[in-house]
Amino acid sequence: MTRPVNPLVYSLAFVSGFIIMAIELLGGRILAPYFGNSIYVWGSIISVFMISLAVGYLFGGKLSVRDPGLMRYGCFFLLAAITLVPTMIYGNMVMDAVFLHIEDPRYGSLVASSLLFFLPVAILGMIAPYSVRLLVENTRHSGQVAGRLYFVSTLGSALGTLMTSFYLVLWFEVNQILFTMALVLSIAGLSSMLYGKLTD
Amino acid sequence: MRILLLILIIAACSCVRAETVIHKEKSLYRNIEVKESSYRRCLVFAVKRGARNQTCINLADPDRVVFPYARMTFAGLLLNPEPASVLIIGLGGGTIPTVLSRLYPEATIHIVEIDAAVVRVAKKYFNFTESDKVTVFIQDARVYIRRAGLKKLAYDLIILDAFTGDYIPAHLMTVEFLQETRSIMSERGVLVANTFSTSRLYDHESVTYQRVFGPFFNFKMPITGNRVVVTNGHELPGRKVLQDRANKLADRFVKYAVNIDDFPRYMKHDKDWNEKVRPLTDQFAPVNLLRGN
Repeated sequence: MTRPVNPLVYSLAFVSGFIIMAIELLGGRILAPYFGNSIYVWGSIISVFMISLAVGYLFGGKLSVRDPGLMRYGCFFLLAAITLVPTMIYGNMVMDAVFLHIEDPRYGSLVASSLLFFLPVAILGMIAPYSVRLLVENTRHSGQVAGRLYFVSTLGSALGTLMTSFYLVLWFEVNQILFTMALVLSIAGLSSMLYGKLTD
Repeated sequence: MRILLLILIIAACSCVRAETVIHKEKSLYRNIEVKESSYRRCLVFAVKRGARNQTCINLADPDRVVFPYARMTFAGLLLNPEPASVLIIGLGGGTIPTVLSRLYPEATIHIVEIDAAVVRVAKKYFNFTESDKVTVFIQDARVYIRRAGLKKLAYDLIILDAFTGDYIPAHLMTVEFLQETRSIMSERGVLVANTFSTSRLYDHESVTYQRVFGPFFNFKMPITGNRVVVTNGHELPGRKVLQDRANKLADRFVKYAVNIDDFPRYMKHDKDWNEKVRPLTDQFAPVNLLRGN
């Protein structure tokens, strides 16, 4: 990997961190009309996000072993954007069905949030280990690179949480925010692919 | 004038000081306190900034409905004086269901309260009791109402009184929620909703109720910052009908200190809000930001 790749990867990791937490926060709003605002709804959302990310980390790490590149890296962003679309369009349909079949709102919210968020969040989780692979040049600096990366993406997460809860929900509808997130992810993905092509 | 005000403030402060906390607990949802002074006992959902009394009872006269807003919720009876089934969202100290169950011993009363601790406290400190007619469901109101819709339940009187220490939860004030609520009102069903008239949400809430129910009584009384929405979702009765019903009910309410015959003149139709604001929906409900009152 050549040096100029770094700023791009760091910014994209920031974007994915931002978007993961923005979606998580909106998750509460999305589930509330069906499963309420009780503490277990947040319990479901947070667990599902953690599990999805965990699976994503594992899978992303595995994929980074063989010819890592910006092309595939960009694909993750595009895929995440695409898998976010059904959540917007079919969310209510899915929750209607879950609500009908599961009486207990604890398990209802757990199943609904798995169905709505598992795929996009797992794919977003793949980005973190893959970014490490793109950035690391030697073992001596690998810890430092990983540290910087966590720093940037967690900072993005903090900002995503704040922006969404303080401002975005005040200005926009839930689906408008999700749509914008999908758009930003697509742009991020395409720019990674384009950059990959140019530097090939 | 200023001196008078100062005296009042000092008097108010010393009243506060004379209160002792007789029960305190951290529930899943909030800090609950029960405070008692020489003459009254109050349920408080403690928030650092501006803790608010949810319910008070007068110790010497426990039948008395202490808070004006709680009295005002009985205005729903002027639209349907004989409800056979009642749904109350938010228990608090249980004043409203207790009075209703005494006035209408035959009526089925369902109460939805999210916090089990509130139910325990209401029973222990505020004389609230369940019976074969009065049942509490420990659940989120949105979930209860949605299920009730699936089961095709229908209530003659629905009272929305779900307050946290701050205000009403966001998902209980949207167009969709009110539509779901409307779908479980019987043909003669009446909706009563307790809100604040001083809130920054006032315009948004008003537009939201208007959207779902059409015209409603915008019931405010000079002594309180509460606004109670009262509606049956179709044609509202005229002033004379209200007054006749109120006069008939008045005697039964004397014991509870509810001046129901005073209500009709404050039950107005005027739209004293900005009609241009957006209604609150599940997609757009910046409630946590707009509240602040």
